[in-house]
Amino acid sequence: MAEAQKIEEGQIPKPNTAWIWRTFWILFAVTVVEFIIALALPLPKGVKVSMYIFLTIVKAGYIIGEFMHLKYEVRFLLFAILLPMVFVVWLVGALIVEGGSIFYSAY
Amino acid sequence: MATVATTEIEKKGVDWNGGNEPFKASWGKLMMWFFLLSDAFTFSALLIAYGLVRYSHSAYPGELEKFTFSLDWWPVPEKVFDAVPFMHGVELPLVFVGIMTFILIMSSVTMVLAVEAGHRHDRKDVEKWMLWTILGGATFLGCQAWEWTHFIIGTDAGGAIDIFGNKLYGANLIQNQYGPTPFANFFFFITGFHGMHVTSGVVINIIIFYNVAIGIYDRPHRVIDPGADRYEMVEKVGLYWHFVDLVWVFVFTFFYLV
Repeated sequence: MAEAQKIEEGQIPKPNTAWIWRTFWILFAVTVVEFIIALALPLPKGVKVSMYIFLTIVKAGYIIGEFMHLKYEVRFLLFAILLPMVFVVWLVGALIVEGGSIFYSAY
Repeated sequence: MATVATTEIEKKGVDWNGGNEPFKASWGKLMMWFFLLSDAFTFSALLIAYGLVRYSHSAYPGELEKFTFSLDWWPVPEKVFDAVPFMHGVELPLVFVGIMTFILIMSSVTMVLAVEAGHRHDRKDVEKWMLWTILGGATFLGCQAWEWTHFIIGTDAGGAIDIFGNKLYGANLIQNQYGPTPFANFFFFITGFHGMHVTSGVVINIIIFYNVAIGIYDRPHRVIDPGADRYEMVEKVGLYWHFVDLVWVFVFTFFYLV
């Protein structure tokens, strides 16, 4: 705040965009890696899927943390947004198991 | 006096007794975050339901090169989404969806640039980056319209054979050439719900661009929320726009890659 007050009325500070482009290149590189895994690497399906999920969480982290600025907010706000996601983790586990059970009872 | 009081709060941690902002965020921004949290639950539910239904169907058992569409197994996504505009009949797996992903990430970048310009109260820069963001969103929607059209019309060769022995062409909510009925239904619901969010995002971006352009945020009396910056509306729509991009990252992984 003190920094901003030094600037005279009507004068616009210089843009600070290096961090934005750095984040963009990281997101771009991760997406390229996902394509390479999908189309060029002969890996078992399970390994591929776990790599996709890991890379997706990396991308989500950069979008939420840097672009949406959550990393720099107060800790309480960070946890108020992230902790409820535990319910989603539970739902993933519960419904994937449920889907497998439906499959075994049908075939 | 004022500075002494602030440092005392910082030492003790957050004071929840009122009269300050424990989250150090304005009311509007906080509510946008909680709205996005609830929206995240909606999209999670859709994608997890997709996982449930997919796990309750057979996976394709054979080799990828010999893959054919059939009602007996869930299709391999890269065999479904392999068409690109102006490249009729050429198999280019996931190329078009890759272009769409790039467009959306790019428009997210221009949105952060607009938010950054908003922090500096630089009206010209905000206008420029908001316009790029709107253009990116509209381009994404155009791509999605093409993708849906191709998905609904289907391929020249057709696909799965239904129980009466007829070859199926294209897709609707009752049957589709790619595989079991729920595959197309989830495609329409998940990408459609996301596309609806992009549409409303573009509309909201246009409204905020208009407000910026007529100089609403340059008037000091605009501050309704005492904790908020004059240009904070740009930041709030920015949060929404990034969320739309975030959802696409998950849709891309769980619908197109897995």
